Amino acid sequence: MLYRIARRLPSSHSDSLRIIARKEDRAIALVAGLFILLVVPAIAGDYVLSALLIPFLILSIAAIGLNLVMGYAGQASLGTGGFMAVGAYTSYKLATNIPEIPIVLDFFLGGLAAALAGILFGLPSLRLKAFYLAISTLAFQFFAEWLFSKVSWFWNDNASGVVSIPAFDVLGITIEGPRQSYYLVCAIVAIMTLAAVNLMRSHVGRRWMAIRDNETAARLMGISVPAAKLQAFAISSFYCGVAGALWSFVYLKTLGVSSYSIDISFKIIFMIVIGGMGTILGSFIGAAFVLLMPVVLNAVTVALSLPIDTGSVSSLEQIFFGVLVIYFVLVEPRGIMHLLGKLHKKLVSWPLNIGR
Amino acid sequence: MFEDFQFFVEVLISGLLTGILYSLVAIGFVLIYKASNVFNFAQGAMVLFAATTLVGISGFGLNIWFSALLTIPVMALLAYLVEILILRRMVNSTPISMFMATIGLSFVLLGLTQLIWGSGVHLLEFGLPSGQFIVGDVFINQFDLSVAAICAILVAGLVIFFQHTKVGLSLRAVAEDHQAAVSVGVSLSKVWVIVWFIAGIVCLVTGMVWGAKLGVQPALNLIALKALPVIVLGGLTSIPGAIVGGLIIGASEKLFEVFLGSAFGGATESWVPYVVAILFLLVKPSGLFGSTQIGRI
Repeated sequence: MLYRIARRLPSSHSDSLRIIARKEDRAIALVAGLFILLVVPAIAGDYVLSALLIPFLILSIAAIGLNLVMGYAGQASLGTGGFMAVGAYTSYKLATNIPEIPIVLDFFLGGLAAALAGILFGLPSLRLKAFYLAISTLAFQFFAEWLFSKVSWFWNDNASGVVSIPAFDVLGITIEGPRQSYYLVCAIVAIMTLAAVNLMRSHVGRRWMAIRDNETAARLMGISVPAAKLQAFAISSFYCGVAGALWSFVYLKTLGVSSYSIDISFKIIFMIVIGGMGTILGSFIGAAFVLLMPVVLNAVTVALSLPIDTGSVSSLEQIFFGVLVIYFVLVEPRGIMHLLGKLHKKLVSWPLNIGR
Repeated sequence: MFEDFQFFVEVLISGLLTGILYSLVAIGFVLIYKASNVFNFAQGAMVLFAATTLVGISGFGLNIWFSALLTIPVMALLAYLVEILILRRMVNSTPISMFMATIGLSFVLLGLTQLIWGSGVHLLEFGLPSGQFIVGDVFINQFDLSVAAICAILVAGLVIFFQHTKVGLSLRAVAEDHQAAVSVGVSLSKVWVIVWFIAGIVCLVTGMVWGAKLGVQPALNLIALKALPVIVLGGLTSIPGAIVGGLIIGASEKLFEVFLGSAFGGATESWVPYVVAILFLLVKPSGLFGSTQIGRI
């Protein structure tokens, strides 16, 4: 009914290459896209845009990045915050010292620097597995935190540890209000998401997934495992680096190492565990979930006028996230995306599946 | 030159003694990993939880030792809950998802600790000496030395328990081979509860010692993460490895900080242990005393 079941097999090569296979889903995607671009900025207030939607979009990029290395290539990483910091500080250094470079290019150059760091700290992945690798990425996290808090060269020897970031231009337009920031972030997210989706459909993604599923089998099939792992670390870190740069330049408007601590690494891990490992869309859903949960919890305590102070609310939040992660790992290891997938399957054959 | 050497020895000894503190946390890790194949990221949170519970109970005006005694059943309850709520349902899942679950567990424990007892710094004092004494020309901190003694007693206790009791025998059987142990009638879930309980007691001891040194505060959780490089260095499955690893990590981070740290801008303790561990791993992937993993196709 909702979906046409007849004549939906691909009839040409280009048909079979579509990112979204079903016509009806493409329509939904189109409507959603227009909604995001036209309706959301019109109806959302400044607070919702700058405190919810912009961080959501930026952290989605980081979640995609972590999902690439952890969900697709199967390599555990606890160093997301560190890679984000590399991106942010590199962009800052470039933006302040070489103002001739367009700022958006700075973000991507920051991503490239993070990719280099990713290759360097991905090297242990060639010999180490699972926990050992998690620990070596944790090492990177602590090293980055230390480096960017000790070496003042990275923030131009500023007197204070937290540096404010001046307004900047993109294509001659000064980015100042939340709406301009929103469109800028939207554009970058769209490009990077499309790139990630296509990359995962190409031989690159298939190589990673083969390694994730069975490393020995992948090697036997002639996949160069070391090269593919380093590639995964590099591309993943690139995404995290760009997200880190945007986090400082567009969202926080300040640069400080405390915004790239291990807490944010955990947050992003939670996003992909809850959203769904090995799915791009899941990164978005997880990011939305993790960011909205504290807001909802706060609203609930305010609405019920519970006598809870803010400290307890943040502890409750911590407990809640812990329980959620355990729940998802135990009961729904493929995340919310898996639930949505089941729902989608039902919708496709609706109403013929009633009673089944 | 001689004074330099004396200074070197002092730094080395204080590093070694700090390393013993890391070893304490690492022993808990190894116990749990051997028996349940879980890489327990929540170890630091358990240390904090135990120490804060102890301080909280003694806050009702109880003697510190008596409160420690009261904390033991709390840790037993925790072990029991972990077994029925998590471990039992995770048999046969991948190591990485186990690891994720323990990250979740650590958040739950940290949140609970702060919710119940607040997030301030609590002092914990149970009569460890704080002075210094001199051997030859070298100053040695009495506190650190008594910690070493506590660690030795704890390890001796564990060895006796594992080698000379029937429960210890079944624990070793499980650590050796889960399936073989089950087939001769060892109850896995019972063993898991016992092991997590023992690890909980180790955490309690660790928490008391750390708490006496630094005060009981949420930062203990991060300090306990230092046990990660320790077990990586010593081998995930070896208690001697945890001790030797702790000593190496403690000594190397102190020596590096004191002699080279200023060239790097100081406060290098946060990452030097990890780098030492990783460099070591690249040479010997199973750690110092760890059992070598043989990958079969």
